Amino acid sequence: MITPLSWLKEYVDIDVTPQELQDKLFSCGFEVEELYEVGKDISKVVVGKVLTCEAIPETHLHVCQVDCGEHGQFQICCGADNVVAGGKFPVALVGATVYATAKDHKTVEGVMTIGKGKLRGYESHGMLCSGVELGVNENMYPGADYNGLLVLPEDAVVGADVKPMLGLDDWIFDIAITANRPDCQSIFGIAREVAAVLEKELRMPDLSYTETDAQIDDFTVTVDCPDLCPRYSAHYVTDVTIGESPLWMKRRLALVGIDAISNVVDITNYILKELGQPMHAFDLTTLEGNAIHVRRAANGEKIVTLDEQELTLNDSNMVICDGVKPVALAGVMGGLNSEIRETTSAVLFESAKFARDNIRRTSRALGKRSDSSARYEKGVDEYATVMALKRALHLIEELGCGKVGRTHADVNTGNSVEPREVKVSIERVNKCLGIVVPNEEIMKIMQNLALNPSIDGDTLTLSVPAYREDIVTYQDVAEEVIRMYGYEHVVPAFMPSAQVTIGGLNLQQKSELKLKNALCSIGAYEGIHYSFFSPTDLDLLRFPEDAPERKAIRIMNPISEELSLMRTTLAASMINAVARNQKKGNLEGRIFEIGNVFLPYELPLTRYPDEKARLCVGIFGEKESFYTMKGIAEKIAETLQVSFTYEAMQNTFLHPYQTARVLCEGKEVGYFGKLAYDIADDQDLRTPVYLMELDLKVLSAWYGKKPVFNPLPKFPEEQRDLALVVSKETTCGEIEAVMKDACKYITKISLFDIYEGEQVAADKKSMAFTVVFTPKEEAFTAESVDAFVKKILKQLDKNCGAQLRS
Amino acid sequence: MNAALEQIKQEIISGAEEVKSSKEAYEFRKKFLDGKTGKIGLLMREMKNIPPEQRADYGKGVNELKEWAMGIISELDIKMKSKELLERYEAEKIDISLPAEKSEQGNLHPITLIRNQLIDIFAGMGFEIFDGPEIETDYYNFTALNTPQDHPARDMQDTFYLSPEFLLRTQTSAGQIHVMENKKPPIKILSPGKVFRSDDDATHSPMFTQMEGLVVDKGITLCDLQGMLDVFVKKIYGENTKTRLRPSYFPFTEPSVEVDCSCFECGGKGCKLCKGTGWIEILGAGVVNDKVLENCGVDPNEYSGFAFGIGIERTAMLKYGINNIKLLFESDLRVLKQLND
Repeated sequence: MITPLSWLKEYVDIDVTPQELQDKLFSCGFEVEELYEVGKDISKVVVGKVLTCEAIPETHLHVCQVDCGEHGQFQICCGADNVVAGGKFPVALVGATVYATAKDHKTVEGVMTIGKGKLRGYESHGMLCSGVELGVNENMYPGADYNGLLVLPEDAVVGADVKPMLGLDDWIFDIAITANRPDCQSIFGIAREVAAVLEKELRMPDLSYTETDAQIDDFTVTVDCPDLCPRYSAHYVTDVTIGESPLWMKRRLALVGIDAISNVVDITNYILKELGQPMHAFDLTTLEGNAIHVRRAANGEKIVTLDEQELTLNDSNMVICDGVKPVALAGVMGGLNSEIRETTSAVLFESAKFARDNIRRTSRALGKRSDSSARYEKGVDEYATVMALKRALHLIEELGCGKVGRTHADVNTGNSVEPREVKVSIERVNKCLGIVVPNEEIMKIMQNLALNPSIDGDTLTLSVPAYREDIVTYQDVAEEVIRMYGYEHVVPAFMPSAQVTIGGLNLQQKSELKLKNALCSIGAYEGIHYSFFSPTDLDLLRFPEDAPERKAIRIMNPISEELSLMRTTLAASMINAVARNQKKGNLEGRIFEIGNVFLPYELPLTRYPDEKARLCVGIFGEKESFYTMKGIAEKIAETLQVSFTYEAMQNTFLHPYQTARVLCEGKEVGYFGKLAYDIADDQDLRTPVYLMELDLKVLSAWYGKKPVFNPLPKFPEEQRDLALVVSKETTCGEIEAVMKDACKYITKISLFDIYEGEQVAADKKSMAFTVVFTPKEEAFTAESVDAFVKKILKQLDKNCGAQLRS
Repeated sequence: MNAALEQIKQEIISGAEEVKSSKEAYEFRKKFLDGKTGKIGLLMREMKNIPPEQRADYGKGVNELKEWAMGIISELDIKMKSKELLERYEAEKIDISLPAEKSEQGNLHPITLIRNQLIDIFAGMGFEIFDGPEIETDYYNFTALNTPQDHPARDMQDTFYLSPEFLLRTQTSAGQIHVMENKKPPIKILSPGKVFRSDDDATHSPMFTQMEGLVVDKGITLCDLQGMLDVFVKKIYGENTKTRLRPSYFPFTEPSVEVDCSCFECGGKGCKLCKGTGWIEILGAGVVNDKVLENCGVDPNEYSGFAFGIGIERTAMLKYGINNIKLLFESDLRVLKQLND
């Protein structure tokens, strides 16, 4: 909320500095986001009187002797056509700062510091200034838009600072207003808070006016949709003379960034800023049928707004109609057909409360925003609605631009603009705060906030003005008390009356943290990626049309198509992360992520989807292989005290022969493998990439498994190395399975060598294993182990055609 | 003196000079001192051929020779071994300025680090950790939190909708309701998690992480909130950190406050980090609005509570001096490797 200090001072005497006021506002809940002086860029500019002014031959320049009072007399060269001896103009002294303008003398191009200069051989000690150079326009000071020097009045004191004269010593507060305080979306609303915090009197804006007998015969206002329009007030103004607004009004509008248009329109804009109530003025002569009719638009109904755009409406929009046609899009913009023109002679003022969400939806749906719709979206109160109309009529009289007629309409749904009574327990207020605020303090605060308090025993009775819709319960009162009393009075305590609770992570959270730490220990870095991904990611992974991964939840209003689907796999984000790294020259690394996938039971959603945590690991670089990834899988299994088994599998985005399904005690928990070469090429990946994705929801069944201590074997273990010749197709897994089946004493089998080449047949390979036998009931003898080996070899021969290598 | 003894002595003296390695020293020892084949050993065996009256002298001579030879040869052996050790070391001379071979240790994401740090602090105060769903209903995210359909506070957050009813949660406060519906007071929970808002610039990401705290019990007041915050900021930002409450607005708390802590960079004097104010905004909090308690079936006449919400990214960015929030979600190893805390 842009608030000029000078405007605030109309309602409150402010005897603190702007900075002190900023601090006061901050402490009571109004953060001043920006505080600046209107003329912050202007310095050392004073009133100067031109004593002599001589033309420099063959130029448009003049050389002047300028009296600057206490600052001295200077020779200044000037190119403006209105420089004249005897005139008073702003003088930027040497060292002054003013705005630099482009060649058009209008466009500001930054701030410049005035130095000594020399023009055509004449020394110049300073600069005579235009309005633009001082940041002043016609609405702030008459004559300021002239393309030449800004002419100062005859009575200006020579040598005096020009800033107060031009209003440049004013301050602007840009104040953040929280959503619960729409009543402060106006200068007067802020003034109420300033008065309360400074404990000063608040001066009401003048609402007086005199009604004449003029009236519109049989004029009616009807509201068809009181849910969207709880209050509609209108008043007739006659004998209107459209013209310019007085300087004081133009100036205030300029300070809050509004261009003056004409007196009647300026009044509506002025009230929007002053009281926070959007108003509309209809040219009465364009209204037909002596009626105002507020209704929902018909589907397909059209209106042309003030900005000459035709809009097609539907029944969720609201229109203001005369007896015949729509004349305004309610709360958003007036219709072109009823706008105020130079010829307007009679006006109907509208001051209404429209439902905030309806205006918001209409404004968004039609892409049409105005100061009025922005204000309505925050919510207006009926107190201001009623007050604003009176203020507008007062200003019509004050500006002398019309006569207030008698015709007045007020359609309402019975909401009172009178104060409400609120009773709360003082003890309850204090218990909420945890401190005891003295009753006198509470009384004082409530009085300052104009809540008309009285205390009877423990009961605080307030008479809450209609604009304070936020004060209803004891908690609301507690907030008012503490924000004015000061949060520094809150004494730190530590839940003295609370019961002891036992905190900490649950099993799932602990287990996930354990997994993360285990992955860090093998050189992987944790990444976090967006929970959404792109439809093109599904194509990247080559998912067929009917793949379950394609059944992803779509965001109705995504930031972009790339972030429009909820993830159904973490693999795509990981591939993208690896690709980003490789583009930046990181050609090797290990990344993991634990994040949710979102699997809907049906689309569109009618119940919570299956939201489950997955672990994704991406490793890349020349040192990585299928087996380093398998090692990571084993590390995970070890961390969770479970054992994984692996089966060959294929999916659409991994290498057909270097991909494994991961099973935990027989249950599928995920996959890992090498990224398919075509995808790697698509992503310009320069080193091999391996991916793993595990379903932590399934794995969570094993979370919390405690290590079980196995007593050490009583008898020594025996170990044998077996080199086997097998066909090239035989897998290590097959051999291990056969060995284990053949002898129950085997506790460990480890492959230590694979050989293919001249020493074995062309279609064969040699695999060498170390097999560990652990005795149970009794110690082994050399013969018993030999017997195991014999049996193992027999089974290997039978099942895999394996022969002991000679 | 037996000439043979003398000869061996000379042989040892001259032979010792020829020994160049510990292996030769070993051979040299064997040549003279081996019990069976060594030259001195053989001299002992000669004893039987020595006339008995000379035997004592002979034996003494041989023993003396043996003692002497053992001394010489041991010395020789030590000398050779130490020479060889030195040579071995010299042969293994390396350039210690060559790059180190590291066994790489990865690290947790800065968000996880901050999250763990906060969890540690609050778990110690008796807070349980609750993970709510990222996809929420309008009811849990807004309505139950005293933000009905047309409430102005809905404009404070740009929500991603998945259907008219389902949305991506905009705040972890949604978790409050799930907890209070399922658990009777005393409640002390911390609900960390991803939240989503349609916002995208250097300090806003459409996905970020919040941590919501909620306490509901008998007699909880604003003072308890202040007390807990004091402990929290001292633990995370240092013993001398102060807190400041100032009024704010959230639909689900009343009174609501914005919490600032004294700038941990300048100690409150004013610097670039705190934009000269000496204070840094760290979280929003307040006394739980009675309406929220009622919505969850908790009797506000019996219980009261406070809630607070911390932005984890903001905390991480302040702590590590990260200037763009996007860096947290790109998994750039050059970034992640630096944040080993």
